[in-house]
Amino acid sequence: MKKLILAILVTALPGFAVAVGGGVHLDPAPIDTGDRESQARGALTYVQYCLGCHSLKFMRYNRLAADLGLDDEQLKALMISTDKPGDTIVNAMPAKQAEQWFGTKIPDLSLVSRSRGTDWLYTYLRGFYADPSRPLGVNNLVFKDVGMPHVLWELQGLKQAVYTTNEHGQKVLERLEPSLPGQLSEAQYDQQVADLVNFLDYVGEPIKQERQQLGFWVLAFLVIFFGLSYALKKEYWRDIH
Amino acid sequence: MNALKSLVGWIDDRFPLMALWNDHLAKYYAPKNFNFWYFFGSLALLVLVLQIGTGIFLAMHYKPSAEEAFASVEYIMRDVEWGWLIRYLHSTGASAFFVVVYLHMFRGLIYGSYKQPRELVWIIGMLIYLCLMAEAFFGYLLPWGQMSFWGAQVIISLFGAIPIVGEELAIWIRGDFVVSDATLNRFYAFHIVLVPLILLGLVAAHIMALHEVGSNNPDGVEIKQKKDENGIPLDGIPFHPYYTVKDIAGVAGFMIFFALILFYAPEMGGYFLEYANFEPADPLKTPEHIAPVWYFTPYYAILRAVTIDIGPLNSKVLGVMAMGAATVIFFALPWLDRSPVKSIRYRGPLFKGAVTIFVIVFFTLGFLGTQPVTPVFTVMSQVCSILYFAFFLLMPIYTKLDKTKPVPERVTFK
Repeated sequence: MKKLILAILVTALPGFAVAVGGGVHLDPAPIDTGDRESQARGALTYVQYCLGCHSLKFMRYNRLAADLGLDDEQLKALMISTDKPGDTIVNAMPAKQAEQWFGTKIPDLSLVSRSRGTDWLYTYLRGFYADPSRPLGVNNLVFKDVGMPHVLWELQGLKQAVYTTNEHGQKVLERLEPSLPGQLSEAQYDQQVADLVNFLDYVGEPIKQERQQLGFWVLAFLVIFFGLSYALKKEYWRDIH
Repeated sequence: MNALKSLVGWIDDRFPLMALWNDHLAKYYAPKNFNFWYFFGSLALLVLVLQIGTGIFLAMHYKPSAEEAFASVEYIMRDVEWGWLIRYLHSTGASAFFVVVYLHMFRGLIYGSYKQPRELVWIIGMLIYLCLMAEAFFGYLLPWGQMSFWGAQVIISLFGAIPIVGEELAIWIRGDFVVSDATLNRFYAFHIVLVPLILLGLVAAHIMALHEVGSNNPDGVEIKQKKDENGIPLDGIPFHPYYTVKDIAGVAGFMIFFALILFYAPEMGGYFLEYANFEPADPLKTPEHIAPVWYFTPYYAILRAVTIDIGPLNSKVLGVMAMGAATVIFFALPWLDRSPVKSIRYRGPLFKGAVTIFVIVFFTLGFLGTQPVTPVFTVMSQVCSILYFAFFLLMPIYTKLDKTKPVPERVTFK
């Protein structure tokens, strides 16, 4: 909550309208690439709340199961749109109509953790607030006038914005405060969002953990190789003065 | 061993194998006092080979079409065996290429390696640098991400600023009215065939010209002027084995840094792989902030620094001209430098000061090129652009006025 207070938006002056993500304080996402259980929980949240609209068209179910260590039963629970484990994670949303419904193209989220960053996602998913002027009744701290509804509202509840007037006499958003309680406490909701973001981070680059582990061995080899090649150079150059 | 000898003899009767080996390695005498700065030539060659090798494997899986390009890169990253490694090697290699080439050029600048008799080595090297920029520019479109698309759109539209023929020229380059599938296909052809061919030819010419005149060294002493009774330079040592073993150690050291980036920060904070490029190209959605990759940003800052119109030439045309001049002016370096000495070790405070300012200016321009335009940044880039050109244009004056120190007869070696 305190962190959100810092996220003061300039909303009144159009010239100063904060562009997507720019100038807004982002909360660091408390995620761990190696925490496969957190990613598996995030996968479940994703399938339940996000997949209806947002596909992950570059991610395959069986790769997901292998990397996150899911058994057949756990994988089945995720596969609501297909029965072939080799399929990519897509949905039945009709793209053309969806664009009309939400006023914008619905992005595939395979790479959203790499284009937006995990901190942005973590702050965005916790940054919805009630705004009756918007068609779907909500607005967002880091993505102004976003076309997406607050899909997780029954978990988080609903927040409302508290406005103040700044020294130029403009109405600015000061902070968010709870107005409608959700099923989860604030800490529980933050944890669930962190799991979801951790999952999206995995989906953005499934090889990430293996890459970092392999890097250690490559570097270990290179350090030894450097030592040997340096010794060889010394030996050859002994007679050069 | 005898069989090998007779095989070499058989080849030598038909092809100058041993002659090539001796001329360029075993009996090519290089000064014995090369320091840290002399690693970057061989490293540039290493990265060139790396880029060609990884590029071949990428081309096996990449689809040069606006419909499929973005997805095929993700296919390489996810489904192709070791595809992620090959792709990161190539993307990190692109930036590494510019790192080593910039350091290689800087070495030439501080030790006066462009001065007589090495003017052609320098000019061919500059042609390689221009080719490299073209190669990077064409290659950057291929992943077909937002920054690929809009970066190409911005740079090609610069040609549209040229009076009279501009618009037609831009359409001719794109093959379309906007950057499209046609543009992607021709850029792919340039990136994997045309430019690499020219690049390889120029690299061969660069090395041939260098081995004709012999390498410079940190003292700027011509080692060929002091030879022993066999005609071998007193301060020279055969490139092989001395510099081959030394360069192997250099390669190992370089690869440690390379692997650190590749395995732990392949995006390098958005500088090697820009975040916006993980979104597929969308011709209807302009990114809020378009910035080229880091190695182009000094020139991009110079382009944007020009804000005045002169007669029929608007600021855009003048900006393009300034950007072009900023790269081409390097060619004139051998004739702008009037100092009697080559190496910075024996130059006076004027040259040392000018080089220091130039380095600061180059980095500042590089930073400004990554930033959105603000009034303060524009003034800063204007000041830096003037200093950038002043470094070159005033060089005949300050190098002549500079108080130089006596150059030793032989190379110094610690």
